[in-house]
Amino acid sequence: MEPILEVRNLSVSYFSHMGVASSAITDVSFDVRPGEILGMLGESGSGKSTLAASLLRLLPANGKIQQGSILFEGRDILQAELRELESLRGKRIALINQEPSAALHPTMRIGDQVGEVLAAHEYLSKRARRERIQQALSAVFPAETERISFSYPHQLSGGQRQRVLIAQAIACGPSLVVADEPTASLDPTTQREVLSVFQTLRQKFGLAIILITHNPSLLVGLADRVLILYAGRVAEIGPTESVLLTPMHPYTGALLRCLPPLPCNADEFNRKTMLPVISGDAPNSALLPQGCRFEPRCPDRFEACGKREPAAVSPNEGHTVCCFKFGG
Amino acid sequence: MQRTRMPSLIQVEHLVKRYSGRRVPGSREVMSALNDVSFSLAPGRTLALVGESGSGKSTLALCLAGLERPTSGRIWFGGRDIVALDEKELRTVRPQIQLVFQDPVSSLNPRFTALEILREPLIVQQSGGRRETTERALAMLESVGLSREMAGRGPGEFSGGQRQRLAIARALSLAPKLVILDEALSALDCSVQAQIANLLLDLQSSFALTYLFITHDLAMAAHLGDEIAVMDRGRVVEQGVPEKIFHTPEQEATRRLVAAIPGSSVTPRLPRAL
Repeated sequence: MEPILEVRNLSVSYFSHMGVASSAITDVSFDVRPGEILGMLGESGSGKSTLAASLLRLLPANGKIQQGSILFEGRDILQAELRELESLRGKRIALINQEPSAALHPTMRIGDQVGEVLAAHEYLSKRARRERIQQALSAVFPAETERISFSYPHQLSGGQRQRVLIAQAIACGPSLVVADEPTASLDPTTQREVLSVFQTLRQKFGLAIILITHNPSLLVGLADRVLILYAGRVAEIGPTESVLLTPMHPYTGALLRCLPPLPCNADEFNRKTMLPVISGDAPNSALLPQGCRFEPRCPDRFEACGKREPAAVSPNEGHTVCCFKFGG
Repeated sequence: MQRTRMPSLIQVEHLVKRYSGRRVPGSREVMSALNDVSFSLAPGRTLALVGESGSGKSTLALCLAGLERPTSGRIWFGGRDIVALDEKELRTVRPQIQLVFQDPVSSLNPRFTALEILREPLIVQQSGGRRETTERALAMLESVGLSREMAGRGPGEFSGGQRQRLAIARALSLAPKLVILDEALSALDCSVQAQIANLLLDLQSSFALTYLFITHDLAMAAHLGDEIAVMDRGRVVEQGVPEKIFHTPEQEATRRLVAAIPGSSVTPRLPRAL
C-alpha cells in the first residue's frame, strides 16, 4: 500500500538568541502506511516532540527545518502555503498533546469544544454539527455520550479528558493522528483504556497513528512498527516484535535491559538486585559526537564508530538499523 | 498496643482521613480518602504501595509525614503515636520521616544552588555551624552520585535524573529512618529510572533506610519492594510478597493492576516489564 506520510532526510535545528544552532533531529526518514500504528520511542531530548511538531510545521519560532522533505498524501508539507497548511492541520493530520487538562477550555462544555474543531474546518448547519459532535464523542464514549457532551472538563477524570482530546482529533475525519505521549500522566489501568481506544479507531476508521512515547512497554501488542530515536537520529526501525524482542541496535538492547524484571518465572526472579544501566548520559545537542551518537556509551563499539556516522542498513526484511555491526 | 512478631519501625492502625466538601461551602459532603488503613513496616525493608489514581496513596504519604492530620487512627513511630502529638512535638519527629516527590522541578527551589538546597534542612534543624553543614551537604552530594564541583549549580543546570538525585540527597540530609518515595521514579526515562532504582538500593544498604515506595508501576514495585500493598478506594485490600501478588492475586483491584501491565496479556511470559 502507498504510504500516506513519507519523511525523507529531515533535519531540524534550534537557534539560540545568539544565533548558535543546536541540532534536534538529523537525517530522519520513515513512512507511515494507512491504518498503521507507528510507535516512536525515545528518551527525553531525543527529538520526539520536535519531530511531531515538524510534521505539521508547528515548530516554535527559533526552530528551523534545515533540510529534507515531508510528503503527506502526495502533498509537500514543507512547500505548502499557510492557507493550505491550515486546511490540513486538525482536518487531515491531527495532533494530540500530552497534558489533557491544559488542552481543554475550563469553562466550555465538552460538546462545544468538539464543535469548535468542526466549525474551524467545515460549514455545517447547527443540526449537522450536533450530529457530528455526537458521532465523534460516541466513538470514544459509546456508553455515556450525552452526559460527557454536557460536562465541563473539571467534572471528568484524567482518562476521560484524554479521550475528549481524541474525539476532537477525529472529529473532522483525519487520516493521520500524531499522539505525543498521550498517556504519560495516566495510571496503568486508565492508560490501557485510552490505548484500546486508539486500537478501535484504527480498526473502525482505518486511521494511521504515530504514537510517541518514552515507555517501550506501551507499544507491545499495539504498534505495528517501532522507530527508535536516539539523540535526534533513527537508531532502528522495524516490526514491533522484532525490534523489541530481538533488537539489533546496541542502544535498543541496553534500553530494554534497564526495565525491571517481572516475577513471572519465580525461580529466576531476584528482587532488589542492581539493574543493568547504560553508562554515561545522552549527548548534549550542541556538542554531538563526531561518529555514531551512541558510540561514547556503547558496549559494542569499535574503531570505525568514532569516525563517521553509520548509514541505515536492512539486514532483515523491513528491519532497518544504523550501526556498523550490521555494515552501516 | 499489641506486639507484632518483628519489631516494626512504623505501624499504622485503622487510619481514616476524611475531607469535608470544599466544592460547596458549608455542605456536609464528605470525601473519605483513607478508610481504615492498617499495615506495619519493619526497619530496613521496603513496602511498595500500588493502586490506581485516587486510591489514597498520596494522602497516606502526607499523613505519615505529618503534613496532614488524620481524622482518626494511630501511627506508631519510635514508640509514640504521632497522630496524638502536638505541633511542637511533631517537629522532633518530622526529620526522621522524609518525602521525595515525583517532580523534582517543582520541589527544588530554582533560585537556590545545590549546596543551599542541601544545607537548608540542616539549618532549619539547627544541626551545626556553617562549616559543618557545608561539609555534610557536600558529602551527601557525593553519596547520591553527584560530584562536589556541582554544588554551585542551580537545579536548572542539572538533568532530570540528576535533579531527582538532588531531591533524594536533600531527603537524606537529616539522616531519616523512613523515606517515603511518592512516585519518585515516574517522571523519569526508563534508563534513568534504572539508575535511580539502583541508587535507592545502594543507599538503603549503606544508611539502613526503610522505604515506603509509592508507585503505579507494578514491575518496579515488584523489583524494589520486599512486599507490595495494594490500595483501592482508601483501603489496603491486599498485601504480600511480589510473587504472590503476581501469581495468586486475591482481590479484584489487584487482578486489575496485574492485567494492566502493558503487553502482559499478549506475551504473558515476558521476562521483563515490556
